[in-house]
Amino acid sequence: MNSIAIHTEQLSRSFGRVQALNGVTLDVPSGIIFGFLGPNGAGKTTTIRLLLGLLAPTSGSATVLGMDTQTHGAEIRQRCGALLEHTGLYERMTAEDNLELYGRIWQIPPAERQARIRSLLESTGLWERRKEPAGQWSRGMKQKLAVARALLHQPQLLFLDEPTSGMDAMAAAALRDELVTLVRQHGVTVFLTTHNMAEAEKVCQQVAVIRQGQVLMVGSPDELRLRKGGQRLEIVGRGFSEQALALLRQRPEVAGVNQVDQHIVIELHGEVDTAPLVQILVAHGVQIDEVRRGKASLEEVFLTLMEEEK
Amino acid sequence: MIADIITLVWKEWKEIFLQKSNLRGGILSLAIFIGISGIFLPLQAGREWLSSPLGLFIWLWFSVFMVLSMVTDAFAGERERHTLETLLASRLSDQAILLGKIAASVIYGWGMSIASILLGAVTVNIAFREGGFAFYQTQVWLGGVVFSLLGCLLMSTLGVLVSLKAPTARAAYQKLSSILLVLFLVPTLGMNLVPEETQIKIMTYLATVNLAQVMGVAAIVLLVVDVGLFFAARSRFQREKLLLD
Repeated sequence: MNSIAIHTEQLSRSFGRVQALNGVTLDVPSGIIFGFLGPNGAGKTTTIRLLLGLLAPTSGSATVLGMDTQTHGAEIRQRCGALLEHTGLYERMTAEDNLELYGRIWQIPPAERQARIRSLLESTGLWERRKEPAGQWSRGMKQKLAVARALLHQPQLLFLDEPTSGMDAMAAAALRDELVTLVRQHGVTVFLTTHNMAEAEKVCQQVAVIRQGQVLMVGSPDELRLRKGGQRLEIVGRGFSEQALALLRQRPEVAGVNQVDQHIVIELHGEVDTAPLVQILVAHGVQIDEVRRGKASLEEVFLTLMEEEK
Repeated sequence: MIADIITLVWKEWKEIFLQKSNLRGGILSLAIFIGISGIFLPLQAGREWLSSPLGLFIWLWFSVFMVLSMVTDAFAGERERHTLETLLASRLSDQAILLGKIAASVIYGWGMSIASILLGAVTVNIAFREGGFAFYQTQVWLGGVVFSLLGCLLMSTLGVLVSLKAPTARAAYQKLSSILLVLFLVPTLGMNLVPEETQIKIMTYLATVNLAQVMGVAAIVLLVVDVGLFFAARSRFQREKLLLD
């Protein structure tokens, strides 16, 4: 199997004067969940459309599962599953018929098709309601059904555009577990776009942050936190004086100090010894209740990146 | 390819007719069509129904309308309901999607025509029984079968062409209805503008022409137009345009 599931080289796409994607170069390894993070209009959907061969790039190139998206769009779509911006469900048809349709489209033999439909509907808790028209369902249930449809033909690569959008917390957690299982047990690659940073942090081995059509950063969530968010020290206590905080700010290992009510957050430059910082506070009469070391969340890294690029 | 076309036909029919919410409406429109063209009109015309070319126009007109209601939903309706992109992102080829959409509406309209042709013969034989079972004159039944097929194909390819570009199914329906009205009204109104003397000459000429020959020529012309429209629809069917329009 190709160790790189998706490769893009200076991939660009414009619509008239609007540059939707601008020179995106990416490598998505096989067998991982890759998070594609960005605000609305960043170019996430355009990227998926380009990778599925539904749109042609203005310049640059992309290969998916080793095949060029411009010349092998049909073969790529054959081996990929997709849940796009909209669920794409036929709302007048029953849930079962929606899956039956795509089972036929993917040419799954009838007996196997029925077994897979049953298994997917049972695992998503929709089996009992399979005879109801999908249009009568809540958004979360439709989303679950659309995910089931994307998994029906057991694709090698799965494109999921905001898959947990509209789902309740339990259903979203179940889907995340399902994705992790798919990747671990079947080696499926998942290309996931999401606004939910906590979700990306939980399931993605690698993420890319995109804004205005440009990739700002690629790496594992930990790498991103180290590169952009860095380490932090949170100290809960009483008697923080301006003088003590000023001394902390002068230290070379300190990137910034913020006081919020009864605690301060000290942003650090990488992995440093924090004992001297605590000693400064103690020496200036601060009564310390608790000291916590931590890292910035992916959401904070994301927001920092967005701020920097403004 | 054939399996993909059958899948799409299954989907189109399933979506439109077999769901509970649409079943009543679907059965009602079919019953009206078949009731008028297969029972009411043959009863009015008597045994002449089996030899009159009037049936040709009735079957053609009704079947074209049946296709019209279905085909306008083909792409515009899918785009409107946000199901088109998922379909385009599947393994289905352009040809299979296009042919599946056309086949679904043509089989529906043409099937209705054939059903009403057969029912018309049964109605006449029951109501106006004279000896053994009488069937249509060859020109009539063959013309009915061929022209309703070609008419359905014409409306279907034209409908797909319009539906590919239209933002909503309603817009596609309105545009196609307008085209249909022009196609049928222009000759009718045009005839009224012609001086009476010329009209008589035309009618006299038409009465002397060989009907089989005229039907043959008309069928060839329709077939050429159908093929031309199909290729026009095929060249307009581009996934990128369908997503961005």
